[in-house]
Amino acid sequence: MSRQMIMGNQAIALGALKAGVKLAAGYPGTPSSEIIEFIAKYKDRTGTYVEWSVNEKAAAEVAAGASYAGSRTLVTMKQVGLNVASDPVMCLSYVGVKGGMVIVSADDPGPISSQTEQDTRVFASYSKLPCFDPSTPLEAFEMIQEAFELSEKYHTPVLLRPTTRVDHAYESMEFPSLEKNSLTSEFEKDTNRWVIFPRSSYLNHKRIFDRNEHILPAEFSDSKWNFIEGNGKASTGVAAGGISWCYVKEAVSILKARYPESEELKNISFLKIGTPYPFPEKLAEKYLTENKRIVVFEELDPVIENALIHICGKTGMKAEVCGKADGTVPEAGELSVETVVSVLEKVFFNSEKKEESGAESVPELPVRPPVLCAGCPHRGSFYAVKQAMKGKKTAYCGDIGCYTLGNAKPLDMTDTCLCMGADITMAQGFYHNENDRHCFSFIGDSTFFASGITGVINGVYNQARQTVCVLDNSTTAMTGHQPHPGTGMTMMGKTVEKLSIKKILEAAGVNPVLEADPFNQEQAVAAVKQASEAEGVSAVIFKAPCIAVASKLGYKFNGPVKVQAEKCIGCQKCIRELGCPALSVSSSVLKNGKHRAEIDASLCTGCGLCRDVCPVKAIC
Amino acid sequence: MSKNILICGVGGQGTVLAAKVLSQAAVSGGQKVLSAETIGMAQRGGSVVSHVRIGSDVYSPVIPRGCADVIIAFEAAEAVRNISYLKTGGTVIVSNEVVQPVTASLSGKFFDSKVMIDYLKQNATVMCVDVKKACMELGSSRVANMVLVGAACKSGIMELSEVKDAVRLLVKPEFYELNVRAVDYCAALDI
Repeated sequence: MSRQMIMGNQAIALGALKAGVKLAAGYPGTPSSEIIEFIAKYKDRTGTYVEWSVNEKAAAEVAAGASYAGSRTLVTMKQVGLNVASDPVMCLSYVGVKGGMVIVSADDPGPISSQTEQDTRVFASYSKLPCFDPSTPLEAFEMIQEAFELSEKYHTPVLLRPTTRVDHAYESMEFPSLEKNSLTSEFEKDTNRWVIFPRSSYLNHKRIFDRNEHILPAEFSDSKWNFIEGNGKASTGVAAGGISWCYVKEAVSILKARYPESEELKNISFLKIGTPYPFPEKLAEKYLTENKRIVVFEELDPVIENALIHICGKTGMKAEVCGKADGTVPEAGELSVETVVSVLEKVFFNSEKKEESGAESVPELPVRPPVLCAGCPHRGSFYAVKQAMKGKKTAYCGDIGCYTLGNAKPLDMTDTCLCMGADITMAQGFYHNENDRHCFSFIGDSTFFASGITGVINGVYNQARQTVCVLDNSTTAMTGHQPHPGTGMTMMGKTVEKLSIKKILEAAGVNPVLEADPFNQEQAVAAVKQASEAEGVSAVIFKAPCIAVASKLGYKFNGPVKVQAEKCIGCQKCIRELGCPALSVSSSVLKNGKHRAEIDASLCTGCGLCRDVCPVKAIC
Repeated sequence: MSKNILICGVGGQGTVLAAKVLSQAAVSGGQKVLSAETIGMAQRGGSVVSHVRIGSDVYSPVIPRGCADVIIAFEAAEAVRNISYLKTGGTVIVSNEVVQPVTASLSGKFFDSKVMIDYLKQNATVMCVDVKKACMELGSSRVANMVLVGAACKSGIMELSEVKDAVRLLVKPEFYELNVRAVDYCAALDI
C-alpha cells in the first residue's frame, strides 16, 4: 500500500476489482477507455476476465450473461456508446440481474472529444436505472463498490456516470490491496425470470416504479453521497453534483478570501447530490424548507434543478430554484471555478468583476487544431481518393476516429460525420437520392467491426452503389490503441486468429474488394479508380499501420526525408496539399523570391507522401 | 498553502510526463495532490495543458484562472495563450522555441518567439530557457521536458532532490541518468 497519483478511471477499475468484479467488458471511447485497460493490468492478480467487445451492445450482453449467472460484472463506455448499448440495457432494466452489474457511462461536458453533450443521468431516469455521479477519483472508487451492493440488493443494473474531469483527473490516494477473486457462480435455468415477456415486463414495471418513486428516494436521502453542509442562514443556498461540487467548494473559498467580512458566505448552505436518480427527495425537501433561494450548478442537463422544482411542485413549497432554466448558469459546455465564482458573485453581491482590460495588446496567437500525425497513413488514403476523383461528383462520408480529422484543410475530405458506422449507410442515402453521385465512406478498422458490417450488408442487399474505404491502421488509434478483432490480440493477453476485413467484405457480396498501400500513391489511386467504376458496393482497404504502433508491429521506418535546397522551387505544393505537421515554410528565400519547404527531421517518419507529390522531385 | 503549477505546450512534447514527475514529487512528500491533463482525441500538434495542484485546500483538479504560481511552457505562444492562469507575481518558465502549426504554413501567418516572450515579460517574471541548446548539450532531443522541470525547481516551486526521486520512480532505468542530468541542467545556469 502506498500513496500514488491515481487517475479517475483507474480508481473506477480498482473499486470494481475491490468489489470482486469477475467480468469486465467495454468498447473504447474517450473519456472512458482507461477503465478496461486498468482492469486488464490487474487481471492476473484478481482473476478477472476482461475484454474489448466489438461494440457497447455486445459488451452489455456479455456482462448480462455473467450477471444472470450470479457474478459481478462491469460494462464501460462513453455517453454516445450508451445509445448503442441501449437495446439490451433498456430490457435489462426490466429483467434485472442476479450478480451485481455496474454500467459506467462517461459523460463529456464541453464536449471535449464527443459528438454530443448528452447526459447519462437523464438516460438513468429514462431507463429506470439508479445512477451514481462521482465528484472525484476517490469518490468514484468508493461509489462503484456501493453501486455493486445496490445492484444486488435490488437486482438491477446500476449506472455510474463520471465526467471527463473525474475520469481524467488524478488524485493522490492509497493504492488498495487487491485479492484473488475466488467466488464462483453458476447459471440456474428459470425461464420465468430470464425470458423477457410482455406480462413479466408489466409486472416488473410496477415493481420498478415503486422502487424508483418510493423506496430509493427515501433510501438515498440517508446515503452518505447526498448531504447538506452549512447552517442555511444565508439568503441563498447552493446545490451541485459531480465535478461541479468541486468547483463550488473552490469558488466559495475564493470568494471568502475576496469578501472576508461577508456573513452571507459564512452562512451559506450546500446540497450535494451524488445519486441524481432516483433523487433523494426527503433530503431535498429538508433543504428546500431551509433555503428560500437555491442556485444549482451542474454540467449538461438541469437534472438536479428539475428535481428540486419537481419537489416544490409536489409539496407546494415555494423556493426559488435558479440554474440553467432562468439563465443564471450557462446551459451548455463545461463549468469552471471561474464561472461559479462569477455567478455567485452576481447572486450574492449583485456585482460582476470587470474583465481586466489588457493594458498591452495580446500578440495574435496561432490556431492549433489537432491534426493527423506526420506519417499518418490516413493522409495518403484521403489524398489518393481526392486525386482519383478529381472533377467528379462525389460525397465523402466520414466516421468517428482519428480520420475525422480528414475534414481539416487542406485535405477537406469529410463531408459528413454523424455517428459510428453512419459513413456507410449515409452514403447509401446520398446514392439513392442522386444516382449519379459517387459516394465514398471512410471507416477505420475498429469502427468497421463495431458498426460498419451491418451497413455494408444493407448496401449490398438494397442495391446501393458506393465505395467503402476501410482505413486499416491495425489499431483503435483515437482512443489510445486498443486491440480489436482485426489485430489478433485479446485483452486477456492471448494471440488469436485475426479476422480478415477483406473476407468479411467479400462474404457480404462486396465486389471488388481491393487492397492498397496508402503510401504507394500510384497503386492507391488506381485502386480507387477501379473501385469507383464498379456497379454495386465496392471497397478499398487502405492498409498501413498507425505510426504510434508501427514499430511494435515490426514495421521499419524509412527515416526522415529531406528537401534538397537546390532543387526546391518554392511552390509549396507539398505543404498546401498534404498539411503534414512535419512540413513547414523555410525562412530562407529562393532566387525566385519564394520560400522553400522544410522538413522537421524529428517529426518526419519518411512516409514519402511529400516526395511523391513534389513536382520537381526535390524531396528525397 | 496550496501550490498550483500549470504546464502547457503542443501535443507530443512530453508535458504529461513533466506533470507526473512534479505530482509524484509532491505525493512522495506526503502532500495531497490533484491533477488534470489533456488527453484523448488526437492531440498531436494541438494545444495541451496539464494542471498540478498541491495542498489540502484545493478541491478541483483544474487550476482557476489567476491562481497558478508557476507556468511551465514548452512553447512560447502556448505560454501567452495560458497567461491568464498565472497569479499576480507568478513566474513563467518558457522554452524560447516556437512550434509553427500547420495552419500557419497554410495561411502564411507565422509568429515570432521574441514577440511572445516580450509580451510575457511585460506581464510576469520570466525564466527563458534555450531548450534546443540544452538538448544538444545533453545529447537527446527527448529531454526538453526534464530541462524545463529542472528550471521550475530553480524557481523554487519544488525541491530538486524530490523531483529526482520522482524521476527514478517514473522513468525507465535506462533513461534515468539522462533525465536526471536534464533536471540538473538549469541549476548551474544563470537564468
